[in-house]
Amino acid sequence: MQLVLEKRTERSNTIALVSPLIAIGLTIVTMTILFAILGKNPLLALQAYFIAPLTDGYSLQEIAVKATPLVMIAIGLSLCYLANAWNIGAEGQFLIGAVAGSWIAVKTQGTDAGAWVLPAMLVLAAAAGALYALIPAICKVKFGASEILTSLMLVYVADLLLDYLVRGPWRDPNGFNFPTTAEFDPVATVPLLIEGGRLHLGSIIALLVVAAAAILLGRTIKGFEIRVVGAAPRAARFGGFNANQLILLTFAVSGALAGLAGIIEVAGPVGHLQPGISPGYGFTAIIVAFLGRLNPLGILIAGLFLALTFIGGEQAQIAMKIPLDVTKVFQGILLFYVLACDSLILHRFKLVFPNRQVARGAG
Amino acid sequence: MELVEAIILSVLAASTPLLIAATGELVTERSGVLNLGVEGMMIVGAACGFGGAWLTGSIFIGALFGIVAGTLMSLIFALMALGLAVNQVATGLALTILGVGLSGLIGAGFVGERITPAAHLAIPGLTDIPLIGHVLFGEDAFVYFSIALIIGIWWFLYRTRAGLILRACGDNHVSAHALGYPVLRIRTLAVMFGGACAGLAGAYLPLAYTPFFISGMTAGRGWIALALVVFASWRPGRLMVGAYLFGAVTILQLHAQGWGVGIPSQFMSALPYLATVIVLVLLSRARTGGSTAPAALGTVFVPDR
Repeated sequence: MQLVLEKRTERSNTIALVSPLIAIGLTIVTMTILFAILGKNPLLALQAYFIAPLTDGYSLQEIAVKATPLVMIAIGLSLCYLANAWNIGAEGQFLIGAVAGSWIAVKTQGTDAGAWVLPAMLVLAAAAGALYALIPAICKVKFGASEILTSLMLVYVADLLLDYLVRGPWRDPNGFNFPTTAEFDPVATVPLLIEGGRLHLGSIIALLVVAAAAILLGRTIKGFEIRVVGAAPRAARFGGFNANQLILLTFAVSGALAGLAGIIEVAGPVGHLQPGISPGYGFTAIIVAFLGRLNPLGILIAGLFLALTFIGGEQAQIAMKIPLDVTKVFQGILLFYVLACDSLILHRFKLVFPNRQVARGAG
Repeated sequence: MELVEAIILSVLAASTPLLIAATGELVTERSGVLNLGVEGMMIVGAACGFGGAWLTGSIFIGALFGIVAGTLMSLIFALMALGLAVNQVATGLALTILGVGLSGLIGAGFVGERITPAAHLAIPGLTDIPLIGHVLFGEDAFVYFSIALIIGIWWFLYRTRAGLILRACGDNHVSAHALGYPVLRIRTLAVMFGGACAGLAGAYLPLAYTPFFISGMTAGRGWIALALVVFASWRPGRLMVGAYLFGAVTILQLHAQGWGVGIPSQFMSALPYLATVIVLVLLSRARTGGSTAPAALGTVFVPDR
């Protein structure tokens, strides 16, 4: 007796809809076991992770704030992945966007620069993210170099550049030698939506990005091209679609979105440039993209869910002394289950009895 | 002379984890599987390797812990990418994300602890030979093991029947399957070998390179190992050259800081990563005539029955 995988003759739409839910369910079961191994009460831990953050207004705002960069980056990544272009370096593009936008904030610090500062920062950050993402894309298109490895290497380079700037030229002279720039001026800060709250304009921008992506993918020829190039490269060639051009385009768009997310994070919730501005947003966004099944609306929901795990992880650490790394383990396991469940959309399991088959063949 | 000796010793030490991890990935990729989870397997290997050595006081048991941890991680990958036919790129990324988290969780109790690192060999007579003694006969055991490993893999791939079958699976899984070879089983073994090597390479870091564990101590070495396999055009000989070149770049960066060169340390630290990008571009460009990668690399295989 043997359990084998068999291709389905057609996509299973039922499983396509419930597969992310099954994945989340399996992840929670696995986490329950992990909490028990860590010697924590699993019920209390799950309550801290998933229920407690939903019960007060501050945490709810915090979830939206955390979801903002995740959703923006994941939308860009989903375009790349749909076109079968593997941008893994969104973390680097996020950091470069943060650095480029901060440059204006640092240079205009203490001057009476007008309201143009923040828009200029956003534009520059998006442009820098796009250019940074174009490096691996061009290396791929021109020279055939693996975009997976080159985009990832550039993450480390961006991280070191940020580290250099905040320790060297951009360090706040009144910052007690901490590696950080001075707090940004009000004109260089993303405005809050609720006075005294945490929710900021970036969340609105993220929603606009989701809507734009939904229109691009659902209603335009470009969106159709992206899907065809990814799903059926041969058919795309016959259709005259230029795959290389789409790699450049999707990388540029996803880099721009990651860069924009970077400056919004720095000029919004953080308020100044410093190392550690990202708890791995660029990598978590990969999970968001897949959990949201590369669909804009799905990504919005997945982004909120992953943001919940960040906030829940912090609460569990404070309330139950559960190490913060559990959140990363949680996210990794979730991605595994999402991918595994997705496999069942295209395949099914079948029990094979070799002996009986032989007998049937003989009969 | 002492300085040259010290530099060669440190280059070998910096190259060894890259060489071991890349050797494992070379075998995996030759079987047709692209496992991007090397960094994740390495970093779990580092945490478990340090834990094993710290608990038992034995470097050897620490290394075994690293190997077992890497192999277990690779089994998750095999189950997903081979058993469930999931996209290998996505699965490999998931393995790295999981590995980083697991390593932090496992290693949390060991931060701040120290162990006695793997001893450098001292063979009476040979090690005392001037000029070459320390370099040739005074390394730690991992360095010799890594050299034996890559030579052994070269022999296996090109001189044995099993190696030929493994390469056949990587080049054309449909034909290999039609000839009756169990493609998925062979690939699973190759993935497990890659995991064992990555785990050992990770364990090398806290066991021999630095005598302590810090989270994130692999610092992208797993990704550089992946790039090395491309650099080597999937050939063991070039892999060895590549690993030592990258080890040299890493050491150059460390020494340049020591010599007080007026370049910010972050720029020097970025060197290995920039070198990887440049090398990938130059090599891919040189190969525009046709790729030397295993033809079935990264493709999903579901056997028809």
